[in-house]
Amino acid sequence: MSLLIKNGRVVDPGNDVDAQLDLFIDRGIIAETGAGLELEADEVVDAAGKLVVPGLIDIHVHLRDPGLEYKEDIASGTLAAVAGGFTAVACMPNTQPVNDNLAVTRYIQARAGEVGHCRVYPIAAITRGLKGESLTEMGELSENGVVGFSDDGRPVENGSVMRRALEYVRPFGAPIISHAEELSLVGDGVMNEGFVATELGLKGIPWVAEDAMIARDVMLAELTGGRLHVAHISTRGGVEIVRQAKKRGVRVTCEATPHHFTLTDEAVRGYDTNAKMNPPLRSEDDLAAIREGLADGTIDAIATDHAPHHFDEKNVEFNLALNGIVGLETALPLTLKLVEEKVIDLKRAIALLTCGPAGALGLAGGSLAKGQPADVTVIDPDLEWTVEPEKLHSRSKNSPFGGWRMKGAAVATIVGGNVAFRREG
Amino acid sequence: MSFGHKHILGIEQLSREDIFYILDTAESFKEINTREIKKVPTLRGKTIINLFFEASTRTRTSFEIAGKRLSADTINISASSSSVVKGETLEDTARNIEAMHPDIIVMRHGASGAPHYLAERLDCSVVNAGDGAHEHPSQALLDLFTMREKKGRLEGLEVAIVGDITHSRVARSNLYALTRVGARVRLSGPGTMLPPGIDRLGATVCDSLEAAVEGADVVMMLRIQLERQSRGGPLLPSLREYSRFYGLTPEKLKLARPDALVMHPGPMNRGVEIASSVADGPQNVILDQVENGVAVRMALLYLVAGGEAPANE
Repeated sequence: MSLLIKNGRVVDPGNDVDAQLDLFIDRGIIAETGAGLELEADEVVDAAGKLVVPGLIDIHVHLRDPGLEYKEDIASGTLAAVAGGFTAVACMPNTQPVNDNLAVTRYIQARAGEVGHCRVYPIAAITRGLKGESLTEMGELSENGVVGFSDDGRPVENGSVMRRALEYVRPFGAPIISHAEELSLVGDGVMNEGFVATELGLKGIPWVAEDAMIARDVMLAELTGGRLHVAHISTRGGVEIVRQAKKRGVRVTCEATPHHFTLTDEAVRGYDTNAKMNPPLRSEDDLAAIREGLADGTIDAIATDHAPHHFDEKNVEFNLALNGIVGLETALPLTLKLVEEKVIDLKRAIALLTCGPAGALGLAGGSLAKGQPADVTVIDPDLEWTVEPEKLHSRSKNSPFGGWRMKGAAVATIVGGNVAFRREG
Repeated sequence: MSFGHKHILGIEQLSREDIFYILDTAESFKEINTREIKKVPTLRGKTIINLFFEASTRTRTSFEIAGKRLSADTINISASSSSVVKGETLEDTARNIEAMHPDIIVMRHGASGAPHYLAERLDCSVVNAGDGAHEHPSQALLDLFTMREKKGRLEGLEVAIVGDITHSRVARSNLYALTRVGARVRLSGPGTMLPPGIDRLGATVCDSLEAAVEGADVVMMLRIQLERQSRGGPLLPSLREYSRFYGLTPEKLKLARPDALVMHPGPMNRGVEIASSVADGPQNVILDQVENGVAVRMALLYLVAGGEAPANE
């Protein structure tokens, strides 16, 4: 099977390419790139007016499978991924049972092979049962395809356990992913601490709850030489701590979500439970800092923290609602919006969705170089559409962007040379 | 004018004109409460459900009496602190109640925003009788009613509100209401009980009770909510220390204007936020607040039921 993508604007930041080029894919591999390729192909895709970029990679999703398939499963989650332009996702271990052993990892891999629409890279737990006490078998898990370790949804509260994790994982290469939250400072907060929380009479979570834990984990990475990746960074202080650490040569990377660079805690007004997430939507100043971090390279990747929840889990009093939103199908246009608003240029935007995340977790992909597996996303940057949550491919519909006008969408998502998703019309 | 609000979810939604309209309406209802036969047929045939998810005697009784004096059928439902405890969602509870076709639901709930949630989903009117740490509009209106009754005006009044501002829906609603009618509000309390940005709502935050009380026309003391102390670290070293710095004693009250009113939404912790001699002293209007509460709640029920304000006699 061969595929020729013609006349597109190829943006491949990892290889410093931004040019009008054709792409020839043969047997799952990028066989040739060049201007005006005259090659016989089984299928020709005319990408005139479109962007042709490395397949997007989301290093932070919750596929909820095994155990919570009523929210999402590997089939529905990866379908949402390819519909959003993602050719690979890394999935968090807070499933039931927790992915803290090889049996669960192998189940995810096998299931992804059977019903998955894109590549699925398991992230395993740092500690057994996410309990924060004893380490998982990180060596064996790394050897078998686990790309990172995280107790996501919870911090590793015990500093010594976190230190040992960073030390132990070093020879195996995968990073420790920090869900940075000092729980004693979070208390029973349900949104960002600040004026909006004061007005709404909701308990606040101060920024320092995040900053304090990022600072601790960065220092532990410095102490141990281990690789640290900070998940869903959301505060000005957090960005600054990572910026300074990088300058000192600490092995730290971080990611930000589209909701944290698009929305502030103002979105909680009206007690909209679709604006309830962890970390919470922050202030205007934090949002500005995230955008600065995306622009200056402090933030390595955009990741969605795709967190599907059933309607009934959100259709309750704000205090009781579960945290999180679905994000796979809105991430690309929200990132392109940053380009339109001149926060970052197009190349940087694509980098944040491709080589950036690949680099943070040490994944293959994120490149359109000859000889690479053919994971390619064709984007129509001008396609305007309205977010209708009920039409999203995810099994859950918990999006705060319902009704938003978006610009830009994946029109073809190619995984290993096969068209995994094609937008009709 | 007519009253354009189907629900009373908070003072925040009310204009200055709305507030005065409610107070004027309440004034005409107050007289009914002193008659031999304390009942008028105004809301005959209407059904009011008091849906209380949090313990409350004062507010629930006040709303119940208000409804009954207007001849409405009032029914009380006390649910446990959260609907989830019983395994039923708030929406299901609401749908069940709506199926019985009430005209007004008066709701008290521990979660901020819970009445807003119901108002969005139900056809009947919803009156907020206190939601979490958000608003308690009927309390603020009865406070304003009492101030106006005693002082003859609201505009230009200096009102000190002292205590746990963070957890107080009374403080928030009063702050909105008082600033809207031209009174000035000073807040004071321990640093652990002053929420960020509260000054942006138009209040002056004072470092000490003394600074807040000095020259005040009204001193409103809030209840220290001992049940809120457990999670997220201690908010106070001790009640002894609290009463020393933030308790209203006769000496501290002398800093206020000689004719200053002492108010408290109740229930009081005597000897903690307020000395008994102050609570029972000549300046206290605490029971007037309770009395006026019935008239104000009659006005609210009447207005959300679509009534027009009767002409003042």
